[in-house]
Amino acid sequence: MSFFQPRTSRRIGRFGLLALGALALSGCNLVVMNPAGDVASQQADLIIYATVLMLIVIVPVLALTVFFAIRYRADNEEAAYDPEWDHSVSLEIVVWSVPLAIIICLAGLTWVATHRLDPYRDLPRITATKAVDENVTPLQVQVVALDWKWLFIYPEYNIATVNEMAVIVDRPVEFKLTSTTVMNAFYIPDMVGMIYAMAGMETELNGVLNSPGTYAGFASHYNGAGFSRMRFDVKALDEAGFDEWTAQVAGAEQPLDRESFVQLEQPSIDNDVHYYGSVQDGLWQRILNMCVGDDKLCMNDMMMVDALGGGGIDGLYNRELYRGLCSADNPEGMFAILRPDLSDRATDITAAMDLLPPETPQMSVPREN
Amino acid sequence: MATATETTAHSFPDITNPVNWFWGKLSWDIFPFYDPLILGTFLVTMALGLGIVGWLTYKRLWGYLWTEWFTSVDHKKIGIMYMVLATVMLIRGFSDAILMRIHQALASAGVLEFLPPYHYDQVFTAHGVIMIFFVAMPFITGFMNYVMPLQIGARDVAFPFLNNFSFWLTFSGVVLVMLSLFVGEFAATGWLAFPPLSGLEFSPGVGVDYYLWSLNIAGIGTTLSGINLIVTIVKMRAPGMTWMKMPIFTWSTLVTNILIVASFPVLTATLALLTADRYLGTHFFTNDMGGNAMMYINLIWIWGHPEVYILILPIFGIFSEIVPTFSRKRLFGYTSMVYALCVIMILSYLVWLHHFFTMGAGADVNSFFGITTMIISIPTGAKLFNWLFTMYKGRIKFELPMMWVIAFMITFTIGGMTGVLLAVPPADYVLHNSLFLVAHFHNVIIGGVVFGVFAGINYWWPKAFGFHMNKFWGLVSFYGWVGGFWFAFMPLYILGLMGVTRRLSQFEDTSYALLFGIAALGVAMIAVGVVAFIIQIFVSIRDRAALACDGDPWNARTLEWSTSSPPPYYNFSHVPNVYALDAWDHMKAHNAEDPQDDYVAIHMPKRTASGLVISALMTVMGFAMIWHIWWLALVGFIGSVAYGIYHTFDYDRDFYLQPDEVRAIANGRRPVVPAE
Repeated sequence: MSFFQPRTSRRIGRFGLLALGALALSGCNLVVMNPAGDVASQQADLIIYATVLMLIVIVPVLALTVFFAIRYRADNEEAAYDPEWDHSVSLEIVVWSVPLAIIICLAGLTWVATHRLDPYRDLPRITATKAVDENVTPLQVQVVALDWKWLFIYPEYNIATVNEMAVIVDRPVEFKLTSTTVMNAFYIPDMVGMIYAMAGMETELNGVLNSPGTYAGFASHYNGAGFSRMRFDVKALDEAGFDEWTAQVAGAEQPLDRESFVQLEQPSIDNDVHYYGSVQDGLWQRILNMCVGDDKLCMNDMMMVDALGGGGIDGLYNRELYRGLCSADNPEGMFAILRPDLSDRATDITAAMDLLPPETPQMSVPREN
Repeated sequence: MATATETTAHSFPDITNPVNWFWGKLSWDIFPFYDPLILGTFLVTMALGLGIVGWLTYKRLWGYLWTEWFTSVDHKKIGIMYMVLATVMLIRGFSDAILMRIHQALASAGVLEFLPPYHYDQVFTAHGVIMIFFVAMPFITGFMNYVMPLQIGARDVAFPFLNNFSFWLTFSGVVLVMLSLFVGEFAATGWLAFPPLSGLEFSPGVGVDYYLWSLNIAGIGTTLSGINLIVTIVKMRAPGMTWMKMPIFTWSTLVTNILIVASFPVLTATLALLTADRYLGTHFFTNDMGGNAMMYINLIWIWGHPEVYILILPIFGIFSEIVPTFSRKRLFGYTSMVYALCVIMILSYLVWLHHFFTMGAGADVNSFFGITTMIISIPTGAKLFNWLFTMYKGRIKFELPMMWVIAFMITFTIGGMTGVLLAVPPADYVLHNSLFLVAHFHNVIIGGVVFGVFAGINYWWPKAFGFHMNKFWGLVSFYGWVGGFWFAFMPLYILGLMGVTRRLSQFEDTSYALLFGIAALGVAMIAVGVVAFIIQIFVSIRDRAALACDGDPWNARTLEWSTSSPPPYYNFSHVPNVYALDAWDHMKAHNAEDPQDDYVAIHMPKRTASGLVISALMTVMGFAMIWHIWWLALVGFIGSVAYGIYHTFDYDRDFYLQPDEVRAIANGRRPVVPAE
C-alpha cells in the first residue's frame, strides 16, 4: 500500500474533509493535520485515508436517510407503499458485505500502519523521500514526568533540563519515558503521537522533526491540579544551534543528582525552564526503579528478591537487610543473602531466571555520530 | 533549583482531618463555605428542596407517594421512578456541562478563570460519573423496566421486590454523589478514577471515597436488576412467544442485561480492589510495593466498553420499535437485527484495549484490538441499513419519536465514523485524550443514547399516562438539542485537530477562544432543549384532558399497546396468546377480540418497604465509610443485613386479585381495538 506517499491526494482529502469549516478555520492551526515531523505527518495521512474509506459507506447512508425520509413521508401518496415487505436476501447481502469489504480494507490499512508506526520501532526514514543515514544514531532523550513538570535527560551529553527540550532537525529522536508520579501522557503534536509515561515502567517513543522552529509539548493525560500548566517547548535546531544549546545547558552550575532530583520531585505548578549542567551516573535507573530517595528499595532489586523466593517470613522483618544492595552492581550479593544454600550455582540460576540486571547504562560516554 | 512561580497545588482544602472515633473525619471545615459558587448552589438547592417538601406536605402527598410509589413493586411505577430520577440528575449533570463550557470559553479567551483546578476537576469528574451512571443508566433501566414486561405479556418482572430494591440502591448512589457537592468534595480524578491518581497517595481526601461507595452501591443495584430482567424474559413470556417472535426491544433488553450481568461484577471487583487500596493499605494499584495501575485500567475498561453497549443497545431496540410503527410497515430484516445484537454483545468484550492504545502495547496487540473494534461497525451498520429499508416503501409519519430517530440516524452515523477512525491505533496516538475524542463520544452518546431516550419518552409517554406529550414544546426541545449538539461538539472536533487536550482549565493560547465560544453557544441551545423538555412535561400534564388518548394511539405493533393506557397494575386482564411477530399488529389484522369474560384470579405481589429500608441503611454505611465513622458503618452494615434476613421471613407478600375485581377494573377502562 502506498498510503504514505501521495501528498496531492492528501491535500484533496484534506480539502474535502475540512471544506465545511474552512472559513471558520482560516485562523486555526490544525497542528494534528499539518505537523512538522514525518511520523506525525504519516499519522495525519492515515486519518485522511481512513476517513475517505469510511465515507464510501457513510455518504450513502446519510443520503438515503434524507432521501427516504422525504420520499416516503406519509403525505406523499405517489411513493410506493408495501407494508408487508420486510425481507430481501440480496439487500441483506449488500448491507452486510459492503461494510465488511470496507472494514477488510481498513483492517489491512490498520495492520500495516500500526506496525509501521509502532512507537517502539526505530525510524526507517526521516521524510517520505529520505531514509535514515546508517551512520546516524537516534538522539537519546530520557523523559521523566513529575508533578507537574517535565524533566529531560540527555545521556549522550550528560545534561538535563526542565520544561524545555531541544532536538536536531532531521535527526531521529528516541525517547525513553517514565514517571515518578501518576500516569501521564507525553505529546508533541508536531512531532509524533502520544504515549503514556508510568511510574516504575519504561515506555518508548521514536520521532523526528523536519523543520526548525519551536513547538509545543504537553501532558495529554489528566494528572491532577497542575495539569493545564504542564507544558514545555521543543526547539528544533540545526547542528550548530543544538551544540550551542547543549553548551549553554552544560554551563549551568547545578548538577542533577539524587539530592536535587528529590527536591525537584516536590509538586509544583507552572515551573520555569531550568538547566542542570551534569547528571549523576545511574540516576535514570534509580528514577525508573523508584529509588532515588534513600527510603526505598529499588523495584528491580525487589523483583529479584521476590524471584529468589522473597526471603519468606523472615524477609518481612529483614527488609532493611536488602536496602543498599543493588542487584545491578552485584547480583550475587543478593543471592548470597537470600539463597546461601544455592550460592555455588548463583550465576547459572540468575541467568536461567533471566534475572541478570539490565545493561548498565553508559551515561557519560557520548555516542559516535 | 527550578522554582515554581506559583504553588497553588495545596492552597485548597485537602480533606484529611484526623479521625475522631465518633465524628470520623467530619468537622466544620468540610463544608464549602470557602467557595461562593458552591455555597450559592447549596442555598438554592436547599430552598428548592424545602419548597418541594413543603408543597408535598401541604398537599398531603407523602402517604400517597409512600404507598403508591416508594414501596411499590409494580414494574411500571419503578420504571417511571427511574425516569424521574434520571431527569433530575440530567439537570445536575447538565449544570456541570454548562459550568465547563462557560469556564473554557472565558479562560481560552483570557478573560477569566473562575473555577480553580481543584473545583474544575471535580466538575468534569462529576459530570462524567453522573451522566453515565445516574442519567443514562436509569433512563435505559427505566425503559427496560416499564416496557419489556408489557411487551412479553407478563404481569410483572420475575422478582418484583428485587426490582424495587435495585431502584433504591441506585437512588442510594445518587444520594451519596449529591451529598458530595456540599459535604466535603467529590473525586477530582476523571470519571473512571484511574489510579495511582485515585490512590491514597495522590487523592487523600474523601472525594474518591464518595466515588467508590456511590458506584459500588449503585452497581449492586444494576447487577440485581440485570438478573431480574433476564429471568423475566426467559421465564415469563406469554404463551406462543418463541424467541424469534420477541419484539426487538425485548431482544435488546435481553442482550443488554446479559452484558450487565457479565460486566458489572467486574466493575464491583475493580472498585473493591481500589477501595481495599484506600482503606486497608493493600497495593493492587499503587506505584510501589508491586502494585500496577495498568491492571486497573484494563479491568475498568473490561467493564467500561461493554458499558457503552449497555447504554446503546436498548436505544437501538427503541428505534427498532419506533421506525416500523411510524413507517406503517414491518421491521426490515428482523432476523439479522437479532443476530446483529448478539454479535455486538459478544464483540463488545473484545475491544477494551482500544481505550489505551497509547499505553505502549505492541503493534500486534494494538492492531488486534483496533480491528475487532472496526468489526463492531459491521453489525451496527447493518442495523442502520435495516432501519433505512424499514422506511423504504413506508408511509412515514413525522411525529416527535420519528423525528428523534431521523436526527439520531444522521448524528450517530457521523459519530460512528469518528469512532472507527479512533480505532486505527496510529490515528489514536494523535487524537487520544484530545477534544476530538470528547466530541466523538458525545456524538454517539448524545446522538445515540440521549436522542433515543427522548424518542422513547415521546413514544411511550401516552402508554404510561394515557395522554400525549405536548408537540410544540417537544419540537422546541428537539431543535434545541439537535441544533445545540452540532454547535457544541463540531468545534470540539476541530479543537481536537488543533491539538487541544481534554480536561484543560487554563489556556495560554487565545486562538481557541472562537471555537470554545461557539461550543458555549451550542450548550446554551441545548439548555433551551432541556428547559423545553421540562416545560413539555408540565404543559402535557396541565393539558392532559385535551391530549388524552386510547390504548393504542400510534397504531403500533407490539403487545404493550394491546392494553389500556395507562395499563392496570396487573397489565393484562387475560394473558395474551402470541401467534406471530408483532403480536398486537397480528391481532388487529385478524380482528382478535378481547374476551369480555372468563376472568381468572390474578396472582400479584404486595408492596414492601424493605428495599427502601435496606438501601437507606446501606447509604448510611456508605456515608460512614467515606467519613471513616467506623461505628456507624458497622451499624449500617449490620442493620442492612439484619433487615434483609428479616425480610426473608415476611411470608405475607402476595395476594390474589379475584375475577370480579378484574372484571370491574377491565370494564372501567377497556382497551380500544380499532375497527379494521
